[in-house]
Amino acid sequence: MVKTTGTSVEVRLPSRLGFEKVAMGTAASVAALMGFPAERIEDLKTAVAEACINAIEHGNKLNEKLSVGVILSASDHELEVKVVDNGAGISKQPPAPDIDRKVHGEEDPRGMGMFLIQALVDEAEWVHDSKGTNSYVRLVIRLDKENE
Amino acid sequence: MQAETKTTIDRIAGTNGASISVLRFTGDISSTSKDSVLGAWQTVGRNGPVLLDFSKVEYINSSGIALIIQMLMEADKTGQKVAIFGLTPHFQKVFTMVGISKYAGLHRDEPTAAATL
Repeated sequence: MVKTTGTSVEVRLPSRLGFEKVAMGTAASVAALMGFPAERIEDLKTAVAEACINAIEHGNKLNEKLSVGVILSASDHELEVKVVDNGAGISKQPPAPDIDRKVHGEEDPRGMGMFLIQALVDEAEWVHDSKGTNSYVRLVIRLDKENE
Repeated sequence: MQAETKTTIDRIAGTNGASISVLRFTGDISSTSKDSVLGAWQTVGRNGPVLLDFSKVEYINSSGIALIIQMLMEADKTGQKVAIFGLTPHFQKVFTMVGISKYAGLHRDEPTAAATL
């Protein structure tokens, strides 16, 4: 097993949809090196993809002159992923999606991203920057979750 | 970077002999899949049951899930039955989390899914 504790990996993505898959692949590789089981790696991949899509679409508003930073930090028991963009972030969480309202046309069928992020990782925190220069979402998955 | 979505449409006979439309997706299901996914959906009749085959799909994001919900919206209006098969265990979990399983049964393979329609 490669030693990963205390290491940090950074990726910069162009603000173009599709490049979230680069972050997914990087996060999956680091999580695999840390010994996360396949099921948790799949959870992480989806959460990282959704965080990057939000950063590309809503944070950087698809402006390809701006990049999305993805910083992965490994410690003994957890992997932290920060996804940084140039937007102002969110000041309050949107309501949880309601499938009945969506299917009946009473709610936008989109808007599942933040819900999925929260559901798939152990910690999710949105930090907004009123100056609009350094907002980020911070995700954490823990190695010992399956033993809890 | 996104794998292009291709959708083919097959017709199979259900256990009761009625025709079932099968939409078979290949590639990613994301925001760029709209024309392929919803275009194929529009070509199937609005009365018969429909199977959605995800066995050759590796990546689905929230924009792709929204396209699936749009198909379920249309199906719900006419009482059309929809069932899904071929999802990885991870995406079976995700589809259940977001509530899609309430409107379309999730099954491991085509015969099992077809038998429910």
